[in-house]
Amino acid sequence: MKKWMQLLVLITSISATTALLASGGMGEGEGGGSQMPLVTNAKWKAECASCHMLYHPGLLPERSWNKMMAGLDKHFGENASLDAATRDEIGRFLALNSADKQINRRSNRINLSIAANLTPLRISETRYFTSKHDEISADTFKRKSIGSAANCVACHKGAEKSDFSESQIKIPR
Amino acid sequence: MRNSLIRHTCVAWALLFSINAFAATPQELLKQYESQAKQEDAKFTGFSADKGASFFKEERMHSKGKKVSCVTCHTADPRNQGKTRANKVIEPMAPSINPQRFTDVAKVEKWFGRNCNDVLERTCTVQEKGDYLQFLLSVK
Repeated sequence: MKKWMQLLVLITSISATTALLASGGMGEGEGGGSQMPLVTNAKWKAECASCHMLYHPGLLPERSWNKMMAGLDKHFGENASLDAATRDEIGRFLALNSADKQINRRSNRINLSIAANLTPLRISETRYFTSKHDEISADTFKRKSIGSAANCVACHKGAEKSDFSESQIKIPR
Repeated sequence: MRNSLIRHTCVAWALLFSINAFAATPQELLKQYESQAKQEDAKFTGFSADKGASFFKEERMHSKGKKVSCVTCHTADPRNQGKTRANKVIEPMAPSINPQRFTDVAKVEKWFGRNCNDVLERTCTVQEKGDYLQFLLSVK
């Protein structure tokens, strides 16, 4: 290969890497910041975090939350039924702050990574999630200290406070 | 006079219902279970901490094919923290360690409803609930 071609390849790869790093790193995205905003509702906090970590509404689109709240009697194999008033209040809160109603970058990207004809119930099934975690092996997710890909807070210490930034990640042994 | 009588009756009824709705202590809740048990079964002889302990530990085969018991998530010692299947910490069940336990009837009934169904695939009897509470109260 000629010297100038090698140089060209080198420059291209460096700039591509830089671009990739920049897109995954800090910085303000399409308005609203890169992190999901802190939102809160007492019933959501109490009811949705007694069996599992508290998932931010901005992690799934409204249609996903609607489907979730309509099927609480068969919630990932568990009966998580609520009284109608509590269910409806939490449902409204989730819809209002869902990924397609948010203007932060993370929610936007999650939303855009889901095909319009799909209504995922698992965040870990979205293309956004799988591409962000492609270096994490299935065995790592199965570690006792983690449990499954649903347990964000095992590695993302700030997950329940909607902070998923790279600097807060620590993968337990 | 008549009005005041009606008012007093109303207050008495309201008090009665409010006690039923919000037991403030596990002991009060146990009393409620006791009167409920007497109503349901004339031969009711009382609650037993020993029966509650074996109820808590007894394993059964779930229709999904796994052996389960209360202990699966709560650990064998109610003074310990447990863990849900989704890796969330469950605070200790024993009121001596966790005074928040059995102070909110709606919460208690919600979780008996879910967990009895989850482990036993049926609702729990008031005898079972009382035995279990008696057992937890005996744990110091």
